[in-house]
Amino acid sequence: MGVATYIKDEKDSIRNVTLQSGIEVKPVYTPDDLKAVGFDYQTDLGDPGDFPFTRSLHPLGYRSRNWTTRQYTGFGTPEETNQRFKLMIANGQNGLNVAFDLPTQMGLDSDDPRAEGEVGRVGMAVDSLRDFEIAFRDIDLKKIGSGLTINAVASIMLAMYQAVAEKYGYQKDQISATPQNDILKEIIGRGAWIYPVEHGVRLIGDTIEYSMKALPKCNPVSICGYHIRESGANPAQEIGYAFLIAFAYVDNVIARGYNAEDFVGRFSFNLNIYGNLWETVAKFRAARKLWAKLLRERYGVQNKKSLFLRGLFGGGGSGLTKEQPENNIMRGAYYVLAAALGGAQTTALCSFDEAYSIPTERSTLLSLRTLQILMDETGLRDTVDPLAGSYFIETLTKQMEDRILSEMAEIENLGGIVNGISKGEVQRRVAGQAYEYEKRLQNGEAIKVGVNKYMEGVTKEVELHQYDNSWAKRQIENLKELKRTRDNGLVGKTLDALRAAAEVNQNVMPCLVDCCKAYATVGEMADVFRDVFGEFDEPSLF
Amino acid sequence: MDRKRLRILVAKPGLDGHDRGAKIISLALRDAGMEVIYSGLHQSIDQIVSTAVQESVDIIGLSIMTGAHLSISEKLVSKLSAEGIDDMRIVVGGVIPKDDIQKLKAMGIADVFPNGTKFDQIIDGLNALVQ
Repeated sequence: MGVATYIKDEKDSIRNVTLQSGIEVKPVYTPDDLKAVGFDYQTDLGDPGDFPFTRSLHPLGYRSRNWTTRQYTGFGTPEETNQRFKLMIANGQNGLNVAFDLPTQMGLDSDDPRAEGEVGRVGMAVDSLRDFEIAFRDIDLKKIGSGLTINAVASIMLAMYQAVAEKYGYQKDQISATPQNDILKEIIGRGAWIYPVEHGVRLIGDTIEYSMKALPKCNPVSICGYHIRESGANPAQEIGYAFLIAFAYVDNVIARGYNAEDFVGRFSFNLNIYGNLWETVAKFRAARKLWAKLLRERYGVQNKKSLFLRGLFGGGGSGLTKEQPENNIMRGAYYVLAAALGGAQTTALCSFDEAYSIPTERSTLLSLRTLQILMDETGLRDTVDPLAGSYFIETLTKQMEDRILSEMAEIENLGGIVNGISKGEVQRRVAGQAYEYEKRLQNGEAIKVGVNKYMEGVTKEVELHQYDNSWAKRQIENLKELKRTRDNGLVGKTLDALRAAAEVNQNVMPCLVDCCKAYATVGEMADVFRDVFGEFDEPSLF
Repeated sequence: MDRKRLRILVAKPGLDGHDRGAKIISLALRDAGMEVIYSGLHQSIDQIVSTAVQESVDIIGLSIMTGAHLSISEKLVSKLSAEGIDDMRIVVGGVIPKDDIQKLKAMGIADVFPNGTKFDQIIDGLNALVQ
């Protein structure tokens, strides 16, 4: 594992290379390799912008549009976060990606005893619409789209985003939010789940169905191979599991009487960028191609735009190290190069200090600059899909496609992804791989500069983001004041309507929008679901 | 060694769900011959203590990534002392800044293993605590 497994001889010459996905890399590739994998330009690539979109979703790639940059941002109260949003936009960032604190992600209000110590710590605290009004103040929601990194209660946040947009005078069809809203991956990795699997999936179905009609520019779900990879999966599993998860959501909505064609074009993906450069590039190209092909085969989707694998290729957190933290600046630059060579539409880059803490203003701006330098200074926008036709990259892309399909088949043979996740089997596989990698790192088989090679023996201090206890105090005071001053009768009525909708399998989104507009709190809305749905019982296999 | 196998509860307190580290260390300690109980996610201090008592563990290992390690550890220390439990040691792992290691030890945490600590060091450290 590591970025690959290398077998070397005593002179440090490399005998064998095996990528994490299990593909053997040869020292030399020639036209014969393309023949051996049956490569055909039209069926395997097509021109940029043409099916199966291996080369690019758009005919001119980055010439026609720069990528969208969305650094993951949020801390403290909505005031601090609003300042940071504005700073990032003033520095050329053209999208937002909102980080919520853990109580918000877990559907708890800031004054809940379980939230103590966590309010505003790893993201922004949000209790009610009042907080969104502050967070998005003076931001042009027609121009700036927002990723909302939240899953278990993503439906609540999407409703709140609509509510704040309407409050500020925007029409529903002008705004673009991308809630992460992927509960199945959240159970595999990252862990901010609340409700049992089937209810979690139902809420996602509700947001997709609602967006189709009410929020046409929103991307109601962003399937995160990202966190599956962060938890230890190899790149082929990252894509394969993400696709199976996406199909579980597609099937939920089809069961409501829609065609995949009607809504799947608004799906998006969040995929990881660390690892072996070539494998990462091939992963993105193979994923784009396979998504389009599978949507055609499985669901008969025809509309070109509905076949697009759109998404954020970014982050790279697991590749960063605590040791010699400045090295992460260089690592990040290589990771985003892989994203750009792989045709990322949207990107973001973890900051060099994130092995310690959430980033400082300085480190996150440095990440933004890394993205900007790549596009504006190095020629990445000159021509679309510059690696196309490479004997090596095209062979690898074909091989990645096969690896992804076989990872998918393996899980389907286990009884499907939903079953595998509910029982903990998928998590166990992923954790087992993470352990194997850690062992290789510790015994020096996988190389990490500064960790097990070229060590310096001294820890260099870096300036870190500091948590301020006054944020929680202020947030809780504001929440108390809100509860005193809002129309509590109206809050009760909207929550009752929400409960009724949840109980009878009616789409909860319109009721959530009403609750948000009445200033019901996140905890109050999430508790209605807790009462009706219960909570997920985690299988504690390891 | 004639002593019984070391029993440890690897616990994820609070709201954070990043369990890659907790699961890796659980596997490593199990391979080292220890009896490992993994708590699962989102555990309250009361739940952790109750599992630890039920499983009669020697050590509780907290895995914390969010930066809230000082307040969480303090709560667990007070809970154990309030319950009159004096035969369990507590260790902490995760994203722990250097400056906080002494603070944790001062409040009664037996050992601290920040991310990046090698398995061997952790295994030796835990064995040393129960000898």
